[in-house]
Amino acid sequence: MPKLWKAGDAYIWISGLALMITLVMIGGLLFLIAAKGLGSMWPADIGRYTLRDSSVYLGQFRAKESVRDSDGVRSSESRIKLKIGNRDLYGLDFKWINEADIASRDYPRDAVILERHEWGNYHGYLKEIRKNGVVIPGGDTEAFSVLRDLIRDSNEIHAKILKIEKGEIGDINYGIEKRRLKLRGLAMRGEGDPVKEAEHRLKIKEYEERYKESEAKLEALYSELNRNEAVMISAGGDEKVIPLGKIVLAFRPNDMGFLEKAGFYVKRFWGFVSDDPREANTEGGIFPAIFGTVLMVFIMSIVVMPFGVIAALYLREYARQGVMVRIVRICVNNLAGVPSIVFGVFGVGFFLYGVGGIIDSVFFKEALPSPTFGTGGILWASLTLALLTVPVVIVATEEGLAAVPRNIREGSLALGATKFETTWKVVIPSALPAILTGLILAVARATGEVAPLMITGVVKLAPDLPIDGHFPFLHLERKFMHLGFHIYDLGFQSPNAEAAKPMVFMTAFLLILIVVVLNITAIIIRNRLRKKYATSAV
Amino acid sequence: MLSGKPMEKQEFKTPETNGVSPAPKAKKPKKAKSVPDPLAEVENLSLFYGAKQALRDINMNIPRKQVTAFIGPSGCGKSTLLRCFNRLNDLIDDCRTEGDISINGKSIFDSDVDITDLRKRVGMVFQKSNPFPKSIYENVAYGARIAGIKKKSVLDDIVEKNLKRAALWEEVNDRLNDSAMSLSGGQQQRLCIARAIAVEPDVLLMDEPCSALDPIATAKIEDLVTELKSKFTIVIVTHNMQQAARVSDYTAFMYIGDIVEFDTTEKIFLNPAKKHTEDYVSGKFG
Repeated sequence: MPKLWKAGDAYIWISGLALMITLVMIGGLLFLIAAKGLGSMWPADIGRYTLRDSSVYLGQFRAKESVRDSDGVRSSESRIKLKIGNRDLYGLDFKWINEADIASRDYPRDAVILERHEWGNYHGYLKEIRKNGVVIPGGDTEAFSVLRDLIRDSNEIHAKILKIEKGEIGDINYGIEKRRLKLRGLAMRGEGDPVKEAEHRLKIKEYEERYKESEAKLEALYSELNRNEAVMISAGGDEKVIPLGKIVLAFRPNDMGFLEKAGFYVKRFWGFVSDDPREANTEGGIFPAIFGTVLMVFIMSIVVMPFGVIAALYLREYARQGVMVRIVRICVNNLAGVPSIVFGVFGVGFFLYGVGGIIDSVFFKEALPSPTFGTGGILWASLTLALLTVPVVIVATEEGLAAVPRNIREGSLALGATKFETTWKVVIPSALPAILTGLILAVARATGEVAPLMITGVVKLAPDLPIDGHFPFLHLERKFMHLGFHIYDLGFQSPNAEAAKPMVFMTAFLLILIVVVLNITAIIIRNRLRKKYATSAV
Repeated sequence: MLSGKPMEKQEFKTPETNGVSPAPKAKKPKKAKSVPDPLAEVENLSLFYGAKQALRDINMNIPRKQVTAFIGPSGCGKSTLLRCFNRLNDLIDDCRTEGDISINGKSIFDSDVDITDLRKRVGMVFQKSNPFPKSIYENVAYGARIAGIKKKSVLDDIVEKNLKRAALWEEVNDRLNDSAMSLSGGQQQRLCIARAIAVEPDVLLMDEPCSALDPIATAKIEDLVTELKSKFTIVIVTHNMQQAARVSDYTAFMYIGDIVEFDTTEKIFLNPAKKHTEDYVSGKFG
């Protein structure tokens, strides 16, 4: 045994074991998140559960566990969790049922699930469709396909409405606000310029006229939307009339084959990635959060790279190596360990109130007292994160610079290059892979950061994306949505926690996916550069 | 003093290179040996790394368009002396020189000398080949680009001409855009020579250019040196006495920061004036 110990085999086993435990933990985490998140989108069969007290529920099976008594001891009985939908009817989306209470269960082919704009899903049967006043009896497959066609039409109308609301009316509001600020600016400067004033007022009038037109269009669309209705019967026999405009999509899971379900799943997943959220974020997609996260990381990278690289260049190449530089280096390293919320507080104090306040008082006087840059926004959040991650970039870049062989620098200097030319043309290209490693670490850290963002510009629901069609297209002062905060909001601030749970996992899954995609992109670039700038092949 | 000379193999350093030296003191020539048509003149050059003296009052003349070899045991100051000619020792903290070197009659230590300009006139090839992590083309064009030449056709000409001069063109003309790191060790060293002569220097300093190469690659470099001397004045530091005998016209034997003897190569190897030199070239010590 002592010999074995001496030979070092034991150490190899121990380190191998440690690595394995780590890998298992990472794998388990990913598996849990993926399974819980991805599984929830599958259109599972919907069962009709008749209980012994003759109440009936239509629901999708979600979980099973053994019943515990008041002391927490497991009994042989088990209970199942059903997603029963119909929150407007039952008050809750989910119900626990003891298996002992179930008299029978079956899977009726005509059971319908409606995804609605409000109140979550509806589970029931289609009784009839009222189309332009004509009643089409439901129940068969044909009626269901009529229903789906009608829903598709109403979704198109929804898209039109959205286009008018966001596009036309958005433009009008934007224009009016601009003119109003200009008027206010004129008044503040005390310039009584009646010509200009009249011009602005005229424009506002025009906008208001246009608004009336848009509003009339909207009204027509809304009435069209609610003209057709579906009459549904719930499992318990309650009838409910649902205007088709309130339905997002309808499907009959028990009537779908595997391929059909798979296609449906893909469509739903795409919707999750590309749609706006609905119902306090618990339904719909998370596109604005993905967009906000990526844009924020992007802005942060653009800011942090030059700053970090230049600082490292000075520290390593130009500063006289001594006590001072060593102190600075220690400070930089320690900065990387400061809790992120502290950076957030600094961001609020310095960027929002300080810099933002000055910008507002100089450039956006008309809008005061409502702040433009003097409040949270994507620019301030990105800058705060840039501060947070700049030590990482400095440290990585410094290491890269230190690793550039001295004889390569001398080779350049011996050709008559200045120190600056040597640094710029030989040293930095050689250190680029290391610099990119710094960027990768910075991006990974920034993507996952939530705390400092909560106080510097992230919101639960942002009305507009930070990029749109209005000049100057990129609106750095706007608040934005972020996947990390979205997870927090869904998981802990949601009014309907149970329904939001799968969304939490899905969002977490996507966040990890984005970090992975960003990292892989950077790693591919780095490997290319490494090949190009390899400093020793011999 | 090690810090100043990263190229030297450190294990060969012995205490004898310290300021207090037990070694026999060769009589210094008061006047440097006169050579026909000197390009560079070294006068009373001393060099200190901090308190340690690495070169002692050196006087010599480097003949124009000839090959001058510095030989001597490790740590004798050959490389240090070589690096004085392009003032590469300036990069080292605590390094101080006294005396003077003039090239074409102009002191290189004058305050009005632009150091980058000097280094353009005095090219250098290092012990370990150090191509830049760029393409073959960019390596050769580097000096020209530094000098501000942007025109593609001019650069193309420079690259071709100098790769041919360095006897590398045949081997690489079909892959000029490949990384210089893809070349073999000998090719890399010839690339470094091409890069150095592409600047059209007056002097080419070579610091043990073959010490990391196999005999075949070494022979190629030696041929190259012989060819290049019609265009450039070459100063070569070498460990290898046969090499010095083969390629050089003049040889300086150095020992502990001193030039023991400096004469034509023939004289040094066949009929040295000093016993010490004879012992060294005949392999009795070293």
